[in-house]
Amino acid sequence: MARMMTGAEIVLEALAEQGVEDIFGYPGGAVLPIYDEIFKQNRVRHVLVRHEQGAAHAAEGYARSTGKVGVLLVTSGPGATNAVTGLTDALMDSIPLVCITGQVATQLIGSDAFQECDTVGITRPCTKHNYLVRDVNDLARILHEAFYVARSGRPGPVVIDIPKDVQFAKGSYLGANRIVHKTYRPQIKGNATAIRDAVDMIAGAKRPVFYTGGGVINSGPAASKLLREFVELTGYPITSTLMGLGAFPADDQKWLGMLGMHGTYEANLAMNQCDLMVNIGARFDDRITGRLDAFSPDSRKIHIDIDPSSINKTVKVDLPIIGDCAHVLEEMIRVWRARAPQADSAALKKWWAQIDTWRGRKSLQYKNRDDVIMPQYAIQRLYELTRDKDVYITTEVGQHQMWAAQYFGFKDPNRWMTSGGLGTMGYGIPAAIGVQAAHPQSLVIDIAGEASALMTIQELSTAVQHRLPVKIFILNNEYMGMVRQWQELLHDGRYSHSYSHSLPDFVKLAEAYHCVGLRAEKPAELDGMIREMIECPHPVVFDCRVHKLANCFPMIPSGAAHSEMLLAEDFEDDDIDYTVSDEGKAMV
Amino acid sequence: MTQNQNSIAQHTLAVLVDNEPGVLARVIGLFSGRGYNIDSLTVSETMHEKHLSRITIATTGSPMVIEQIRNQLERLVPVHGVTDLTVEGNPIARELALVKVVGKGDKRVESLRLAEAFRAQVVDASTEHFIFEITGRVSKIEQFITLMEPLGLAEVARTGIAAIERGPEAM
Ligand SMILES: Cc1ncc(C[n+]2csc(CCOP(=O)(O)OP(=O)(O)O)c2C)c(N)n1
Ligand SMILES: [Mg+2]
Repeated sequence: MARMMTGAEIVLEALAEQGVEDIFGYPGGAVLPIYDEIFKQNRVRHVLVRHEQGAAHAAEGYARSTGKVGVLLVTSGPGATNAVTGLTDALMDSIPLVCITGQVATQLIGSDAFQECDTVGITRPCTKHNYLVRDVNDLARILHEAFYVARSGRPGPVVIDIPKDVQFAKGSYLGANRIVHKTYRPQIKGNATAIRDAVDMIAGAKRPVFYTGGGVINSGPAASKLLREFVELTGYPITSTLMGLGAFPADDQKWLGMLGMHGTYEANLAMNQCDLMVNIGARFDDRITGRLDAFSPDSRKIHIDIDPSSINKTVKVDLPIIGDCAHVLEEMIRVWRARAPQADSAALKKWWAQIDTWRGRKSLQYKNRDDVIMPQYAIQRLYELTRDKDVYITTEVGQHQMWAAQYFGFKDPNRWMTSGGLGTMGYGIPAAIGVQAAHPQSLVIDIAGEASALMTIQELSTAVQHRLPVKIFILNNEYMGMVRQWQELLHDGRYSHSYSHSLPDFVKLAEAYHCVGLRAEKPAELDGMIREMIECPHPVVFDCRVHKLANCFPMIPSGAAHSEMLLAEDFEDDDIDYTVSDEGKAMV
Repeated sequence: MTQNQNSIAQHTLAVLVDNEPGVLARVIGLFSGRGYNIDSLTVSETMHEKHLSRITIATTGSPMVIEQIRNQLERLVPVHGVTDLTVEGNPIARELALVKVVGKGDKRVESLRLAEAFRAQVVDASTEHFIFEITGRVSKIEQFITLMEPLGLAEVARTGIAAIERGPEAM
């Protein structure tokens, strides 16, 4: 017998049945019945944010650090439109979210009612799927379906738009186990023949490289374990995208560092010169490939991805395997073990020797100083002083993000939360709040830039209210550093509006929010201050004053090939003289 | 890459979808958002009990782009399946057009004669006009319309392509 409930009760019942413990949200007229139900129960905790974008990023941080679906609840009209950036971010980075939006009553839809917007129309291109619920009897099914769609296959955000009359109406509740999706059944297991062919290709490679991405993280902790096992079995070098950091430990000898626009010399050159590329859960993003026609010209390519539309999208591959990374890796390991292939050890020795010469360029080296904190040094110290801690890192977007990726050594999956595909400034603070809500005992640090932090700074209030002691570690260079760096390279140093003017005093700002403010200005005081931050049981804003004009290297300028990488040693900070092609300038 | 990889060609795709609100917007939004061409698009519920609609899309692109379109369509949650009819063989593809021709005298007689030759039906007429109904391949319809132009062509309504695979197999 189906139980009869109001729409609002159905929402809470379905959330509880889906195992949701925390949701992030902001109330308003069109979701009041749901808020009323939240008030009456204590199965689901509600974290009140200060802006709906924050709710979405917090849910993303929550999802990415736990592997569960992140949930947010916002009102109609401005509540929904404010969430759009976070939904788009989640779509680009394949983060499972369920976003419940209130809508004006069914009979008012289309009448330009107060706080009405076409939420399903607006969010159609920035969600994996969305629903407008017109009948309360569909609500339970849609809620369960939304969780299924959000987490299955390539994960992504799903919006459920619920008119206010549907929240009040009574209907029957259907349990999650009663629902089978009609059409959406992503392929999990890889094709057996393709897997055997892949093992043959891998065994016969002379200059192989593993190129891994966020898909390995999304596949779950088992995928990272299996990846480590397979890399160990083959002994081949491995690099990863920004989104994939942590799937393979950064202190392993086979780790080449991150690849791409700000990747290491050895990672990008290995990609450029390899004869076999094994892409596991990455998508040949333009930050990775650089100029497409010069991307890894002599290699054969294997591509493992759960999303068929990622195959042959920009780069033609020789052997696609559609399936979940963990399943495919498990099979590859099984086949490899059964065959015990003889690798070409002479060729591999030569390949490693070549990689070692590239490593010898020490592409992440920078000139440290004792009069001013170099941003790279600040990250290195942060890493060293938190190494033995249970730590999660989020970031904003800019140079600090790239330095964090380069100098913070990740050894486990789900510990690194960053906005990769969309590159959303303002992601880090709310994402850290979401992570902290899921891991109350852990150390959660947002490595921030001063410009980015100001985009969602109001979420400090959320952190204080819910006793979520996040640490906002700002590399304050008084510039939108990444913009300034591009202006230096592409626009002859005309720094149009990239100076962070009229900055607040971050220490006082922290105090105004009832957080703790700390400031470090000299390298000598850095360690002590970082320790103070780590020990502090409250939210902290750390104003780390760093060298204002430092640039992020290595760099493959837009439109250039991997072999045209710029290294720090090619430049001094003040005499950058490099010309980018017009074609390159047109790229982002 | 071989020559074939870069050759741009028209493909006709049959897409079976749940007939639910917004499904057409999803399909069209995918094409506009990702910059794919739509040469022709028709949609109608074809299986009423199952609430399934069939969308027939003619699109142009390189083999890589066509493969992308197919995969992107298949990724949409309400999509049951996509068949590239052009790859499967030489599909039966037909279009219907209603063609209004206004005129008197010789031109009027000539238009009627041509309509007979093209097996177009007269579905409405007065002493001043005809409305012809014509079905067939796109090329036949194009040709008919071109011929009607000097004879007083006033208005054309076309359905877009409906297409189906030859042989006994069903989608
Ligand atoms: C919402 C948003 N607006 C604009 C940009 C473009 N953008 C990329 S990096 C950047 C500067 C970031 O400055 P800051 O946070 O101080 O970081 P820094 O590069 O100095 O480390 C800007 C404006 C963006 N990524 N996101
Ligand atoms: Mg800055």
